[in-house]
Amino acid sequence: MFNAWVQIFKRDLLIAFRRRSEIIHPIIFFVMVISLFPLAIGDDKVLLQKIAPAIIWVTALLATMLSLDNLFRTDFEDGSLEQMTMLKTPLSLLVTAKIAAHWFITGLPLILITPLLAVLLYMPSESISMLLLTLLLGTPTLSIIGAVGIALTVGLRQGGVILSLLILPLYIPVLIFATLALQNVEQGFSAEAQLAMMLAILVLAITLSPFAIAAALKVSLN
Amino acid sequence: MEQQYSFSSNLEVKNLSCFRNEQVLFSKINLSLSPENVLFLQGENGSGKTSLLRILCGFRLPDEGEITWGGDPAARIPEYFQNISYIGHKNGIKDELSVEENLNLMRSMATASEIKTEDVLKKIGLFKQADVISRQLSAGQKRKLALARLMMTNNSFWILDEPFTSLDKASVGFFESLIKQHITRGGMLILTSHHEIDLSGLSVNHFSLSN
Repeated sequence: MFNAWVQIFKRDLLIAFRRRSEIIHPIIFFVMVISLFPLAIGDDKVLLQKIAPAIIWVTALLATMLSLDNLFRTDFEDGSLEQMTMLKTPLSLLVTAKIAAHWFITGLPLILITPLLAVLLYMPSESISMLLLTLLLGTPTLSIIGAVGIALTVGLRQGGVILSLLILPLYIPVLIFATLALQNVEQGFSAEAQLAMMLAILVLAITLSPFAIAAALKVSLN
Repeated sequence: MEQQYSFSSNLEVKNLSCFRNEQVLFSKINLSLSPENVLFLQGENGSGKTSLLRILCGFRLPDEGEITWGGDPAARIPEYFQNISYIGHKNGIKDELSVEENLNLMRSMATASEIKTEDVLKKIGLFKQADVISRQLSAGQKRKLALARLMMTNNSFWILDEPFTSLDKASVGFFESLIKQHITRGGMLILTSHHEIDLSGLSVNHFSLSN
């Protein structure tokens, strides 16, 4: 059963590696948009420092959305998804392999490149480590919630618009807790409560959404 | 002599109806299929052949009626679905993977048969192209790769939707013999095809869907 999980995970990483341009696109978007802010705002160190967490988090959110479209689309179009529904391994388990691979190739690079961008926005070093921690807890949630939306819209011809309407509101709690945690750290308070909430949301998403995703995919196949 | 299939039973379709866009595609059809038998679905374009096959695979829910496997409702038997090899209009192969990678993926996902990947490659005539990325294959080669899925698993119930589209004569002959071998092992097959298929020597039931 877990052999199939590993196979799907490996397969998706291999495919992503062979279609590098698609992985790189969201990352380039992330870097470009964030580096536009210092250009537009000018050398206002205090202002940049103040809005840096918001800039990075909102951009990370949009970059994740940008990268989601391919999560199930190709499998849906080439018939792999049909084949996956008929396996012994439940579809709800297989989709977690796909999401894990997706996070590995989109979420993780974002986190790795963030320290560089944070310095560009004059973020102090203690805030940067908190920023990385919130991203580490938050981006998997974004991928998982996004997968639900993608699974629902993959069968539609113009799912893109509905997708943003569907997913963005669900991203708001993650965004609020992440930026709140960063504000607290900046003001010298503890951010434990926010981090605990983010972890709770992540656990909730991991445990419940695979079933929703599998059910939505089956509806899309109909 | 190949081993007999262990998981085979009688399939029955009772009063099955399918509606699409508020139109009746087919209504109250009855079918049955037992091991060592072939069911050949016929009908014009748009008569609902593909929809019927997709219902049997569990991709669509029937609007009316039920499907039973060995007397029990198929929807409640997970093994029923796991035992199906379905080759539809979509090939179900990944364009970015090589021929061999695709075959190994098919094998690792299901209850694998004992056949070696190398032998499958030779049989479908893609041995030299084993390392070629599937995107670069011709339509017929891709179809052969898709049909190779039948050899990679031990499933006893095959559902083939226009399996021989864009195949050359030699390949059609090979897959015909594969079907014969499958049936004599106690397998079951439902297929649609607008091509002439030579299934002589097998017990073939014809079923016609008409609007």
